[in-house]
Amino acid sequence: MSPSSALSPQSFQEIVFKLKKYWGDRGCIIQEPFDVEVGAGTSCPETFLRALGPKPYRTAYVQPSRRPADGRYGDNPNRLYKHMQLQVVLKPTPADVIEQYMGSLEAIGIDLRKHDLKLEEDNWENPSLGAWGVGWQVMLDGLEITQFTYFQQCGGIDLELVPAEITYGLERLTAFLQGVDSVYDIEWTKGVKYRDVRYTDELQYSVYNFELADIPTLWRLFEIHENEARRLLTLYSETTDKKRFPLLATYDHVLKCSHLFNTLDARGAISVTERVGVIGRIRKLAVDVAESWVDQSAEREQAA
Amino acid sequence: MNLLLEIGVEEIPDSMLAGALEYLGGAIAGLLKEHQLGEVLVRTDATPRRLVVRAEGVIARQPDSEERVWGPGASAPAAAVAGFAKKQGLAPEQLEILSDGKAEKYSCVRKTEGRAASKILADALPQLVLKTPFPKSMYWTGKGGVRFIRPIRWIVALLDDQLIPFEIAGVPSGNESSGHRKLGAARFPVTYENYEQKLRENFVILSAEERRARIQAVPTKYKCDNDLLNTLVNLTEWPTPITGTFDPEFLDLPKEVLMMVMRHHQKYFAVETPDGNLEPKFVAVTNTDGDPDGLIRHGNERVLRARFNDARFFWNADQKRPLSERVQDLANVTFQAKLGTYYEKTERMDELVLILLQHIANAGKPVTDADITAAKMRYALGTDSPEFYAVRASRLSKADLTTELVKEFTELQGIIGGLYARVQGEPEEVATAIYDHYKPVSMEDSVPRTLAGALLSIADKLDTLRGCFRVGLIPSGSKDPFALRRAAQGIVKILVEGKLRLPIQTLCEGNLQLEEFLAERIRHYFREIRGFKYDEVNAVLVSGWDDLLDVEERLEAVRDVRPTENFEPLAASFKRIRNILKQAQFEGLGDSLQDRLLESGPERELYEAFEVTRLACKVLPDYRSRLEQVASLRPKVDTFFDKILVNAPDPAVRRNRLTLLHHLLAEFSTIADFSEIVTNSPPDQKMASKETNQ
Repeated sequence: MSPSSALSPQSFQEIVFKLKKYWGDRGCIIQEPFDVEVGAGTSCPETFLRALGPKPYRTAYVQPSRRPADGRYGDNPNRLYKHMQLQVVLKPTPADVIEQYMGSLEAIGIDLRKHDLKLEEDNWENPSLGAWGVGWQVMLDGLEITQFTYFQQCGGIDLELVPAEITYGLERLTAFLQGVDSVYDIEWTKGVKYRDVRYTDELQYSVYNFELADIPTLWRLFEIHENEARRLLTLYSETTDKKRFPLLATYDHVLKCSHLFNTLDARGAISVTERVGVIGRIRKLAVDVAESWVDQSAEREQAA
Repeated sequence: MNLLLEIGVEEIPDSMLAGALEYLGGAIAGLLKEHQLGEVLVRTDATPRRLVVRAEGVIARQPDSEERVWGPGASAPAAAVAGFAKKQGLAPEQLEILSDGKAEKYSCVRKTEGRAASKILADALPQLVLKTPFPKSMYWTGKGGVRFIRPIRWIVALLDDQLIPFEIAGVPSGNESSGHRKLGAARFPVTYENYEQKLRENFVILSAEERRARIQAVPTKYKCDNDLLNTLVNLTEWPTPITGTFDPEFLDLPKEVLMMVMRHHQKYFAVETPDGNLEPKFVAVTNTDGDPDGLIRHGNERVLRARFNDARFFWNADQKRPLSERVQDLANVTFQAKLGTYYEKTERMDELVLILLQHIANAGKPVTDADITAAKMRYALGTDSPEFYAVRASRLSKADLTTELVKEFTELQGIIGGLYARVQGEPEEVATAIYDHYKPVSMEDSVPRTLAGALLSIADKLDTLRGCFRVGLIPSGSKDPFALRRAAQGIVKILVEGKLRLPIQTLCEGNLQLEEFLAERIRHYFREIRGFKYDEVNAVLVSGWDDLLDVEERLEAVRDVRPTENFEPLAASFKRIRNILKQAQFEGLGDSLQDRLLESGPERELYEAFEVTRLACKVLPDYRSRLEQVASLRPKVDTFFDKILVNAPDPAVRRNRLTLLHHLLAEFSTIADFSEIVTNSPPDQKMASKETNQ
């Protein structure tokens, strides 16, 4: 019997249920995953846009996060094209946020007195969203299980209230708790392995992203979404009826651009020189959406 | 009284504790002194979650002070006198009339009661603490709120048993500290006396030295690494080392890769056998009081296994395409937007290593186009010529940037290339040169082991410097995104410590900004690393720095001769000569000395001594004896200045004297410009001070 099995064995989905329950009990709105492809839970409007403005907000959601370049055809035990994050946003940050976080680990059966938990400096930045913060990577017995960030800027805007973002890598955490060496050996639910549920996705998306994605088509799609986002942003700046303007739909197109960029990148279609330029284009859109969102929020508050 | 200040902070990055403590200790000692609360010894300590300042013997209350205040003149109207008295809180009849030395005036003594230390500290500490300098701070209480390295969560501020009341970022000071996050109590009261003991009861070891000793107390003999040790001391409140093992089959992977994973990714100490090979073991430092069930060890072993498996996966994948084939892929890797791809950089480096090699071969003679053509021939023909090794190494040097392993472990660039070159059958000279060509990565690091490696490293760095300076990417202040300072410093270190004679100034291709940049690194190297005095370095560099080995020899000569009795006075005289020539705006170009205009006596004697010395210097074997020879001119120079008026009424004589001085200065400035030497007794105080202020 391996020492890790001394931890109460729980399925992947049980762990998700417990964490959602834990944060739900602490005032978080339990959201469902966002339905546009994102590379991380941070990009979802629930985090990126809600972090802006003066309104307190608390939410938690599981976000499937797609990183085309990380795909390994289902061969690598630790790397995935699409992994699951549990994203928790507490805005503003409560003073006992770290204690609350540690409580969530206890809630999934980790007795922290028997393990080694360290918070090691790790500052976070997403240049294509104009967002950054400072924080830590949380190391449990040498394994990075969580990214903890105090946001400082989103879309290039200093935040009114500083949210804490807690991002759990659910596969890693579960592999740790179940004592397995490969994410594919994780028990998703009784009798069903992660492999059974996700292997085909990993294989097929790796083939698509690395081999079959048509580069000219992806570039055309990128431009279509970029143009649509740009068109909408221009319309917003001209409209007098700002309150009902679909900035959320505009932001969807920005996220599409971001995902297409990641796919093109995995496909090897973006030279290092182009890279900076394309990131700059996405960043410009994200910053414009963020600024418009703040502007629109002011209108919303007034009307309320 | 005894002061205890503890700032409780969420986990502070390990590298920032030392700087914060240095500031806080100094600032608090300064504050106490400034307010006459005693010149006390201040002790500072830190763990990841607290910055602590303690001071013994703080004076409880400032001494009272008295000050005489002067009011209106003795003949002032009564209303004015009454007004003054009221302002001082007195009745007019309580005022005295005294003379302030000029006139009779109304006056009184104002007494200021000394303030209590606790009051002064309460007023000053919030701002003092918030001014702690951190490289990257944050705000957390909302936009415009205070900034600190991480949120402040509690504050202990006591003067003996008395609370110093203040608040920072909404956190009031108190007498309650906080223990280890899991093993200790979240809140417990402390006093100055029991503070350290209470922390210990709550699993916090305040002393960094004691934490270090606990880490070092592990029975496994690990490879000590002070940087890592310091990091771990600063990452833990109750450190306990544990020893883990890994599957010996991973020892097939290069030691460099295994060490990188253990040290940089996992913060583990590697364990070596006495003959320097790795043992399949590691030491991890936990922030706990033990691992009785082996849970922590087991977890760390699993993480390491996964990491090693990744490395093996990358290593195997990379072998599918050898470096020689990867070179062409560099055409898709941008070096810098304005400077093209790594492929283009490699081509420039190929050319440059050949030129450098030729400079070494020519030993000081200029390198001609014909030399280069011949060198290219030797490269093209040979498989074992120095040209072949150097250019082959250059050609392959950047190809590892396209490998998975380097993408994963960027810090191993070059090293991975060298290891791959070796397993792919490249000559050992080529593999070693590639392996070493980022060296030295710091001033403590060693220089490349072979000539090919040294030249490749210089070519790489010089190409980056030249390119960046050409397109205006010049470091300013703390901004140096291409690490150009490190590159220039590396070149200097390789040239001097690798004993290479290369015309480094000439290789700047006339870019004056680059020359100045490099000269600054040369100054830095000889001053800070080699410990030469700054004026000696200035003096020697003014006389040229194309050949750094020559610079080193001249510096050593100046340092050796400087303590002799004649040297500094002569240096002072040279400074005087320079000032005289400057004031006379004397260029001396093309003037030759007119023998007939020399006055017999001190002037002619100086001239003759000058000629003797000039000729002697030509035959003396080393800089030291030449300098001694020059220094022996001192009495003649002194007498000259005592007896002879340079500014002679006859313009021709005057011009001739200036010419003599000019020759003297020019002839003996080839070793060092003595007028740069800072002396204690400058003969011309005013000018000298102006000079040294330059």
